[in-house]
Amino acid sequence: MPEATEKKTATIAPSSPPPAALGKADDGSGVTRRSFFSWISIGWLAFVTATGGFFTMMLRFFFPNVLFEPIQTFRAGSPDEYQAGEVDLRWKGKFGVWIVRDDEGIYALSTVCTHLGCTPNWLAAEQKFKCPCHGSGFRKTGINFEGPAPRPLERYRIVLADDGQIIVDKTKKYQQEKGQWGDPEAFLKV
Amino acid sequence: MAEKKNLLQRLAEGQIWTSIFRGGGVPKSRRQRMMVVLNSVFLHLHPVRLPKHAVKLKFTWCMGGLSFFIFLILTISGILLMFYYRPTIEYAYTDIIDLAEQVPFGIMREIHRWGAHAMVITVWLHMFRVFMTGSYKPPREFNWAIGVVLLLLTLLLSFTGYLLPWDQLAIWAIAVGSNMARATPFLGHEGPGAALLAIGDINFVTVASDVRFALIGGRFLGEATLLRFYVLHCIGLPFVIMIFMAVHFWRIRKDGGISTPV
Repeated sequence: MPEATEKKTATIAPSSPPPAALGKADDGSGVTRRSFFSWISIGWLAFVTATGGFFTMMLRFFFPNVLFEPIQTFRAGSPDEYQAGEVDLRWKGKFGVWIVRDDEGIYALSTVCTHLGCTPNWLAAEQKFKCPCHGSGFRKTGINFEGPAPRPLERYRIVLADDGQIIVDKTKKYQQEKGQWGDPEAFLKV
Repeated sequence: MAEKKNLLQRLAEGQIWTSIFRGGGVPKSRRQRMMVVLNSVFLHLHPVRLPKHAVKLKFTWCMGGLSFFIFLILTISGILLMFYYRPTIEYAYTDIIDLAEQVPFGIMREIHRWGAHAMVITVWLHMFRVFMTGSYKPPREFNWAIGVVLLLLTLLLSFTGYLLPWDQLAIWAIAVGSNMARATPFLGHEGPGAALLAIGDINFVTVASDVRFALIGGRFLGEATLLRFYVLHCIGLPFVIMIFMAVHFWRIRKDGGISTPV
């Protein structure tokens, strides 16, 4: 009977997994298929972790903890040193700041053009800041009115120290288009 | 009776010659001549045989070859300039003046500069030729992509070299160029999406941690910028471009050589 034969062959099929799968090496080396795969997985994981770690190190390497850059806060003398209606150029070269005094007070304008970062020149005869790179023009207030500059010059934090000197803090900036020029520290009333 | 050998033949069969040039002896057959080319590391870069059309100047303009030739000139003249140029704010500008005024063959610096301009032009013309002859089509589409990377690397080499004289032109050009990096999506602190990478009030992408900072080594252009651009210009980018060039040239051969005029 063919069915019986088939049944018979089925019963002599291995009743248990081969020795290698059970964690027994059949060549006496101690390496089974299962341990081989677990070790190679650990190996690959270690390799990927080490490589990933090194690339992370490489990326972080480009961001130093200490910057040797010019100081960002400076004392700019007493308010009496600035004339109303004048744009003061004395801090332009060293700190990149124009100190402007009008009838109500003093503000510190950034010398960085809001177009692409060049330094405009103050043209006293025309009463405007004019950028030599692409021709942006700004009023004495810092408001842009010609050329490609998309927004007014930024102002820096300006306050009085206890000794009556002006402190200009370049780490804090105020943008007119965000309505920040109304902030009490964006403008020094005198 | 053995044929009397002249001096050249004896040299070509001697130990010194055969130890340097594999294959040995004076090539006498077509196969031997081919083997000479295949066995030399320098000669094998060029195909053993070329189809006639491939050397037609009218078809290729030789712009790819010229680009590579100019790259070699730039490499040699650039290494020579490195013997005098110091990448610090104190010396960079005066060293360039020194190179032009005092060092023998002051034209070396100009050769490097003209070469840089010329390479940008030849790379563009090479791409134009490849485009107009349809040589970017399969199976060469991957090599076109490699070529686009090579164009980008050529422009980056020009950009980084631009800063090194440290004159007004250089500083303001890089001021403008690096300020564009502020607007990089997600990675620039003024770019779209940068504000999303934050926990509460703490922004991860700030002026001191964005892609522009990584490029110029600070919040403002300065000593760190000059050094970074110098290293990128002399080591980093040439290293990368040489790898891509090797793949580019290898793929020309593997994709069936220079494409055929239609």
